[in-house]
Amino acid sequence: MAIVLALGAGIAQADPHPWQLNLTRGVTTWSGEPYFLNNVAFGVCVVIGVLVFGAMFIAMFRFRKSRGAVPEKWSHNTTVEIVWTTIPVIILMVLAYLATRGLVSFANTTGAQMTVKVTGYQWKWRYDYVDYQGKPISKVGFMSKLDALSDKTRQLGSGLDPYAVKTGNENTYLLNVDKPLVLPIHTKVRFVITSDDVIHSWFVPAFGWKMDAIPGIVNTAWTNINVPGTYRGQCAELCGQDHGFMPIVVKAVSRADFAKWLAKQEQASAPAPAAPPAAASSAAAPVAVASVQGGNG
Amino acid sequence: MAHEATHDHHDHHHAPQGFFQRWVMSTNHKDIGTLYLIFSLTMFFVGGSFAMVIRAELFKPGLQLVQPAFFNEMTTMHALVMIFGAIMPAFVGLGNWMIPLMIGAPDMALPRMNNLSFWILPFAFTLLLSTLFLPGGGPAGGWTMYPPLSLQSDSLAYVVFAIHLMGISSIMGAINIIATILNMRAPGMDLLKMPVFVWSWLITAFLLIAVMPVLAGAVTMLLTDKYFGTSFFNPHGGGDPVLYQHVFWFFGHPEVYIMILPAFGIISEIVPTFARKPIFGYKAMVYAIASIAFLSFIVWAHHMFAVGLPLGADIFFMYATMLIAVPTGVKVFNWVATMWGGSMTFETPMLFAIAFIILFTIGGFSGLMLALVPADFQYHDTYFVVAHFHYVLVTGAAFAIMAATYYWLPKWTGHMYSEFWGKVHFWCSVVFVNVLFFPQHFLGLAGMPRRIPDYNVAFANFNMISSIGGFLFGASQLIFLGVIVHCVFFSKKKAADRVWESAKGLEWTVPSPAPHHTFEVPPVVHDEELAHGHVND
Ligand code: HEM
Ligand SMILES: [Cu+2]
Ligand SMILES: [Cu+2]
Repeated sequence: MAIVLALGAGIAQADPHPWQLNLTRGVTTWSGEPYFLNNVAFGVCVVIGVLVFGAMFIAMFRFRKSRGAVPEKWSHNTTVEIVWTTIPVIILMVLAYLATRGLVSFANTTGAQMTVKVTGYQWKWRYDYVDYQGKPISKVGFMSKLDALSDKTRQLGSGLDPYAVKTGNENTYLLNVDKPLVLPIHTKVRFVITSDDVIHSWFVPAFGWKMDAIPGIVNTAWTNINVPGTYRGQCAELCGQDHGFMPIVVKAVSRADFAKWLAKQEQASAPAPAAPPAAASSAAAPVAVASVQGGNG
Repeated sequence: MAHEATHDHHDHHHAPQGFFQRWVMSTNHKDIGTLYLIFSLTMFFVGGSFAMVIRAELFKPGLQLVQPAFFNEMTTMHALVMIFGAIMPAFVGLGNWMIPLMIGAPDMALPRMNNLSFWILPFAFTLLLSTLFLPGGGPAGGWTMYPPLSLQSDSLAYVVFAIHLMGISSIMGAINIIATILNMRAPGMDLLKMPVFVWSWLITAFLLIAVMPVLAGAVTMLLTDKYFGTSFFNPHGGGDPVLYQHVFWFFGHPEVYIMILPAFGIISEIVPTFARKPIFGYKAMVYAIASIAFLSFIVWAHHMFAVGLPLGADIFFMYATMLIAVPTGVKVFNWVATMWGGSMTFETPMLFAIAFIILFTIGGFSGLMLALVPADFQYHDTYFVVAHFHYVLVTGAAFAIMAATYYWLPKWTGHMYSEFWGKVHFWCSVVFVNVLFFPQHFLGLAGMPRRIPDYNVAFANFNMISSIGGFLFGASQLIFLGVIVHCVFFSKKKAADRVWESAKGLEWTVPSPAPHHTFEVPPVVHDEELAHGHVND
């Protein structure tokens, strides 16, 4: 476990990690918003909790019959009631202000330098690269589904050990795919998200949001990744029997590496099982890439 | 006809002799209340056993026990059974038993409808539960039944009809309660002198009448989409899957308040009794319930922040949701203020009531966090939400029902329950329920989605803790069953009419056990007899 924690602290924040207690700070320009709001709101709740529960425990101690407490008769106090209605309103207004700020910045999908179309299927994802730096991309798109080792291990009574499903040092049981989505860092990427059958939800905690993939509807969201690395997530809307088995893996690489990777994909220009992702020179996850490809075979 | 039937009973104070006559043909509010409570307890154990399957499969990573499809049937059925079979009928049972006793009425206003509204339920649940044994299996699309997924289910028609039946039952129950409260109060029992429990049920009943038809409409549209070629929710025919979610949650959010408002009422009865002090801010309590009920109609889309609502909608629903925290806070503060300056003892009902106040408030805190949209983009559909609604529903609604059971059981049976075993049940429940649900907050924050049968090893530790808590919490409920059975059949200790030293309200003026017929002559209401002191200052 210590290893995993160290790993989590070191490269690319491997989340989730065992005994993780809080949200991830995330790795994008926006992902700090939910993290910050979560921490502020939690702090507010703790303070209110200490006050309310504290008062309750004092009452339970001081005003017990066994200590000879005599009940008082009052049942009303307008001043107090006004105070404890007003103070929460003020606190809520502060929280609402912060949340609205975060929300407005999320809603702004303009100025994207790249567009990726995400389509949910029972039970895999499809990624289509639509445009990059103003140029349309044709025929770069592929399916991304649970890696073979996880898939074998997860069968009922497989006898295989989930703890043995690893990518490098990291356990990637149910959090690995045959072909990850590759994205450049420091680029505002706009996602258009939809589904071909039932509702799914595209959720990568390190990006700070999830967005439902709904048939007949195209949702938009965006991200701008700061740190190269491999980020894992899962489908977050019940979509049938294998809902737990359609993870999401995003490999964030430098712009230069991304350009190379994209060129290769465009050359291959074949639909699904095109060339494997080029070996990334990003320091973050060479091992990961190697075994992602291993899982493919 | 109805008049004649009630007339017959006038001469004798005893229940009809035959088992069939007494229980199946009953029009007596107490007997029907008992039926509701027994039904609810049964469903609590049925739904609980599904939960044990869920927690057993989630005990460690890897699939050990059930196929994913069956796992989904378990989560769906667990929720449907607990919501519609355990929590709601328990409150109706308590309302049936206590509302006439609390307002000095001889019975419910519509006794035959009362019988019908109960007896629909066993059929509804037979229909629902039977799907587990049919080829194709039970519903597996979650209790929310979102299309298009729910349309893939072979058992949809069964579930829809079961829900129609439950809805009819609930609506009849609600009409009955409103008619009783508005028409049958004893002279002098003004609206603003009614116990808070009665108030909470009056408001809940209006919520029920308002939203059960909406649910019925939503599921009927599912049915016609699947079998009659309509396209309400089918994008290929020009429909919109999100429309279903709007309609469902227009029902669903008031529904969650249907499951908590009567609990607020119960806690507002119990705390003053054991604090020996009138409820603090009676009017504020009633207004708070009413405003929560009103607000519950304009917050539904907070369940849908991830469907891609327009910015303006996100903002509106966020603010409205946050607003609910204000009256909810007022209630909590008032309970604490009721204790302040009192003279408290800690019998089992009071212990459950105190646990309710603390743990429900924790559920309210996570609710507030969920209301903040950017944070909800992270929390939504993770175990954080699971933790939230179990804090408000198990340590909220269910704990209040348990508190009520201990509080009124002596009045119902004429015997005292075992205080020792009641306390054992309490302490086991309160410890294990936190072992069960608190770690789920962490799982959600770490990103574990809800409704999954298997997970990465990073989630293993907290899942195992949660499962252990789950098994022990489940086992603790057998103590509850034991205490009830003992009290009903074996307890030798007679209960006084006024079971609790400073219990106030009309229900304590009738003998224990409450005779088959009470208040055939309306009681005289003395203000100082009522639970909440002086209303007008
Ligand atoms: C302070 C009061 C409350 C607030 C602000 C609040 C807020 C919320 C929000 C925002 C969600 C949606 C979370 C999501 O899916 O992302 C939610 C879910 C839920 N809440 Fe609450 N809530 C409160 C009290 C309650 C109460 C009293 C109950 C029931 C007794 C309740 C039951 C539920 C349930 C059952 C769900 C999940 C439904 C589902 O998706 O299956 N909540 N709550
Ligand atoms: Cu899914
Ligand atoms: Cu809600």
